[in-house]
Amino acid sequence: MTDLLRTALYDLHEELGARMVPFAGYEMPVQYPMGVMQEHLHCRAAAGLFDVSHMGQVLLRPRSGDLADAARALETLVPMDILGLGAGRQRYAFFTNDAGGILDDLMVANRGDHLFLVVNAARKAHDVALMRDRLGEVCVVEEVTDRALLALQGPKAETALALFVDDVAEMRFMDVAVLEVSGGEIWVSRSGYTGEDGFEISVPGAMAEEAARALLAMEEVAPIGLGARDALRLEAGLCLYGSDIDETTTPVEAGLTWAIQKARRAGGARAGGFPGADRILREMKEGPARRRVGLRPEGRAPMRAGTRIFAENSDLPVGEVTSGAFGPTLGGPMSMGYVAAQFAAPGTLVFGEVRGKHLPATITEMPFTPARFKR
Amino acid sequence: MKFTEEHEWLRVEDDLVVVGITAHASEQLGDVVFVELPDEGTTVSKDDEIVVIESVKAASDILAPLDGEIVEVNEALADAPGLVNEDPLGAAWFFKMKVDDLSAMDEYMDEAAYKKFIG
Repeated sequence: MTDLLRTALYDLHEELGARMVPFAGYEMPVQYPMGVMQEHLHCRAAAGLFDVSHMGQVLLRPRSGDLADAARALETLVPMDILGLGAGRQRYAFFTNDAGGILDDLMVANRGDHLFLVVNAARKAHDVALMRDRLGEVCVVEEVTDRALLALQGPKAETALALFVDDVAEMRFMDVAVLEVSGGEIWVSRSGYTGEDGFEISVPGAMAEEAARALLAMEEVAPIGLGARDALRLEAGLCLYGSDIDETTTPVEAGLTWAIQKARRAGGARAGGFPGADRILREMKEGPARRRVGLRPEGRAPMRAGTRIFAENSDLPVGEVTSGAFGPTLGGPMSMGYVAAQFAAPGTLVFGEVRGKHLPATITEMPFTPARFKR
Repeated sequence: MKFTEEHEWLRVEDDLVVVGITAHASEQLGDVVFVELPDEGTTVSKDDEIVVIESVKAASDILAPLDGEIVEVNEALADAPGLVNEDPLGAAWFFKMKVDDLSAMDEYMDEAAYKKFIG
């Protein structure tokens, strides 16, 4: 595993007995001795700690000193209302391309005099280059490389974090805060990628191991690897960039129009003005040719990514699975994928081709397991 | 008991060969969530893919270790695939087969050789 990067928690992962795998250029823990299934269930029952330090943390500072300039500039790359994002608030966003496809999905936070972005590990070099190229005249684009990122997720996350940091209990879903602690500043948001209540916590790299050890010392908190992270996000109906969304899928096909606020839609105060707006706004009006859907296979066999989807008594595929796994909380297999729009209604019976056989599956609304955010 | 390089174990019981996977294999697979077994009465040739094991990580195949006929499969695995992790050498046997030539088992490793094989 040469040339792979390591996070500040690498030694701790090894000490905890993690199995390490290459992921987006990093050596990351895919599971700990507890095992994927138990890690998953523990996160839903108590709390799980994830090392997500491989993700990109980026600061966007307006050269003028006026945050509205940075917000307006970023709005030329994303179909979100950034100008209307309040101080101390975060929102889900995606960069689009001229064809209406998705270049990456990310979180954007308003931190008063600047914006803070968290982007996918595999896309951070791309995203930083894009922003420097397109926003460089208006903003200083600063990639943060000296901080770790932890996610603490699950019903006990608040109790666990509150032991170390005051004020987190008052935060609502998608609130962000910069908090002073001994040893430096931590950046907390109440958000995550599991469907559970929880926090994402950026800490100075030098503090990361101590912070992780302190949280893991609590009985409620167990370390969770990438294996369980994938099934947790899939149960929550959340997209994985590069699998469920990419440059060839539009936000409308992907069912992500909820993330496009009114100001940027047709008739809005700042309608359009982002890459691919023609196609995206047209699809919002007329409907897309295909849609991202959830699937519940009958029986226990998972339908994994790449499984072709068919209508009943037909040999012409109508879609394909983009993510599939066994859902430990769901107690059965689940998949996410794209099907032609006429097959996308919940309740529709379709067939997935597994090892040469057409096996039945039902189109299902997502999330597969209910979200438990603290609104 | 004999062992294959595919991490299957074989033991003879009432003239039938009982087949499962080793503890080492079940650890590598991770939590097993689904096992697809062949139909009883199926005639198989050595190296036919006859069992599919789906774990939380991926799908893997189990090959027929010998020529013969599947005479019994372990139906308990349909409802309790986790047995493959809990008791791979016992309760989680996959199938019993009637083989054409029991001496064909001799080509496989004994326990000491298998332990050496997995290092």
